Amino acid sequence: MAKMTPNTVSARKHVDTMALVTRNLGKRKRAEWRFRAYGVAAILFGFACLLILFSDIIAKGHGAFFQTQVYVQVPLNAQRLQITDPSSTAQLAKANYDSVIEQGLIEDQMRINGAIGSTAADKRQLLNLISTGAVYTVEETLSDTPSLLNQTVGVWLVADDDVDNYVKSLGHSGEGISGRLSQQQQGWVDNWIAHEQVRQAFNTTFFTSGDSREPEQAGIRSALMGSLFMLLVTIGLSFPIGIAAAIYLEEYAPKNGLTDFIEVNINNLAAVPSIIFGLLGLAIFIGFFDMPRSIPLVGGLVLTLMTLPTIIISSRAAIKAVPPSIRDAAYGLGASKMQVVLHHVVPLAMPGMLTGAIIGFAQALGETAPLLMIGMVAFIVDVPDNLMDPSSALPVQIFLWADSPERAFVERTSAAIMVLLAFLITMNGLAVWLRHRLGRSHQ
Amino acid sequence: MSSNSGYNRLFDPMQETGRPLDFAQHGLGNKTVGNSFSDKAKMSVRNLNVYYDDKQAIHDVSLDINRNEVMAMIGPSGCGKSTFLRCLNRMNDTIDNCKVEGEVTLDEHNIYDRKQDVVPLRARVGIVFQKPNPFPKSIYENVAYGPRVHGLVSRRAQLDEIVEDSLRRASLWDEVKDRLFSSGTGLSGGQQQRLCIARTIAVNPEVILMDEPCSALDPIATARIEELMADLSQNFTIAIVTHSMQQAARVSNRTAYFHMGRLIEVNDTRRVFTNPEHALTEAYITGRFG
Repeated sequence: MAKMTPNTVSARKHVDTMALVTRNLGKRKRAEWRFRAYGVAAILFGFACLLILFSDIIAKGHGAFFQTQVYVQVPLNAQRLQITDPSSTAQLAKANYDSVIEQGLIEDQMRINGAIGSTAADKRQLLNLISTGAVYTVEETLSDTPSLLNQTVGVWLVADDDVDNYVKSLGHSGEGISGRLSQQQQGWVDNWIAHEQVRQAFNTTFFTSGDSREPEQAGIRSALMGSLFMLLVTIGLSFPIGIAAAIYLEEYAPKNGLTDFIEVNINNLAAVPSIIFGLLGLAIFIGFFDMPRSIPLVGGLVLTLMTLPTIIISSRAAIKAVPPSIRDAAYGLGASKMQVVLHHVVPLAMPGMLTGAIIGFAQALGETAPLLMIGMVAFIVDVPDNLMDPSSALPVQIFLWADSPERAFVERTSAAIMVLLAFLITMNGLAVWLRHRLGRSHQ
Repeated sequence: MSSNSGYNRLFDPMQETGRPLDFAQHGLGNKTVGNSFSDKAKMSVRNLNVYYDDKQAIHDVSLDINRNEVMAMIGPSGCGKSTFLRCLNRMNDTIDNCKVEGEVTLDEHNIYDRKQDVVPLRARVGIVFQKPNPFPKSIYENVAYGPRVHGLVSRRAQLDEIVEDSLRRASLWDEVKDRLFSSGTGLSGGQQQRLCIARTIAVNPEVILMDEPCSALDPIATARIEELMADLSQNFTIAIVTHSMQQAARVSNRTAYFHMGRLIEVNDTRRVFTNPEHALTEAYITGRFG
């Protein structure tokens, strides 16, 4: 070996190696390209699924943001209304608005059509074209301007959901889906359309009222407020508790069997199905502490329990990722443990902690199963004012509407999903912004 | 087994020179040669033993560090010199499985006393680490941090004064005076290390420990820090761990040679490098192992 001329040896080796390298180069490049292509394919697949989901939801749900209204000349006849003083709220509350609306509709069709069927059933059919909520519109008109009593006033009244569907389907395909409308009713609606007495107005009801049996009167406000209150409870409790637990476990707790046991259990809790947390909440908060059912406080507490493991695990990971050299530097200057944690570890770990917490909150916002267990699945019409008012939650509302037979609930279900997604995107956007801001201040 | 392999690793280079070490005569268990003790000691270490779990890292080390001197600690990797240094301000407390036995006194007060609080101790004995580790905050905040946590100042003007003074003493002021409020991590490696020194000086400690402060720096940055050490030794007692024997020879008054957790030799620096008493020291400084 030692006697060989070093030059020849290395030269031959060089040639052989280069030949081999060149021969394999193409194969390597192809493998490299394939590897990248897999990644691009995965991302495209994800995007495609998302696009299909979004376009489906938007296509189904966008209609719910508009509702059909019908222009009717309503004679505000004092006799029919059975009132004498239009400025008295007590009288207004008891007035017979159905009667004047019916009269208005009949006169309206007589004017357009010349005649309608004269039986009571015909009149009922005609009245059914207008939402039962229309009486409130008339009441409002009268209470706003009491001088309108005994005059005929033109108002836009919300149509019944069957009319709404019929008009919307006409707009889409030209072919009206009549649904539960009779031949006669369709004729009346067609008349209205012909005389431009029908319009599509923004559906404010959807955002201002609670659930209802009548789709045209159903809204998400009750569910939205319920979700908001629950989220407040969850953020208020699980973020400080989670971070405090993570800091203690990571910075203070001795590494022994007990802390290992705690760590294993936290990891297990993160994987427990959420309905189990619902059962836990039912047993503890409602069963033992005797709190009322269906209230956002209990919902928030249950979701707090559910999100805590996620927040603790991600916060611990964020704390672990703080470079030990920073800790050493602070200790070396004589900072106490609390000062090291509060001045250096927590600020540096905060972006990571926030990310974990937001994931937890987003999970909590979309959670349905545990809320079913604590009675938040109830039919709630009133909008909750505080943490102790019975309320629903957005995902539960979606679940309830998806279960309803009325056609008009289909688009409301999709619309509610859109609102929930908007809520989630806003929260995630906020998280990204916060992380960016915090990250920048520590460069 | 492990002690045997260590013995062999040590022994092999000696055989090449034809001057094998006689371990019975110069062996590891023997007492430290040279002058470990002094009557003007700032810090005194007596019979220090340090264990990581069951593994003993420091074996029965006794050493005095004099007021206003630069004490260099040299030795091959893993000889325990950094561990020893970190014992001097109880930085080893932050390591869970580390156990320290023996006595370390600062002005004749045992810092391992049960009643000793590490916070004031570290205000008196500061430390500069191997890798520059400025906080991810502004230059000003880096220097101001120590005085702030110890509550040394009550007014902003005082703090400004301390920051300027510390940066001047770390010979960094002229380079950063126009960008005090930009990030400390944006400086070059050498500047970062001088910032770390300024940060340590700002607390006005009595002793400064330096754990291989130049090993991550280029020669020019190293030269600046070495100059700085000479200046600093007028006001502070400095203990420095270094891998570079040239550096030890340049900056220190006395040098301690560590080997496998034992203190082999302590002497005036010139004496250690020109006329070492112990065969292991000689083998190390002549580059036959390390």
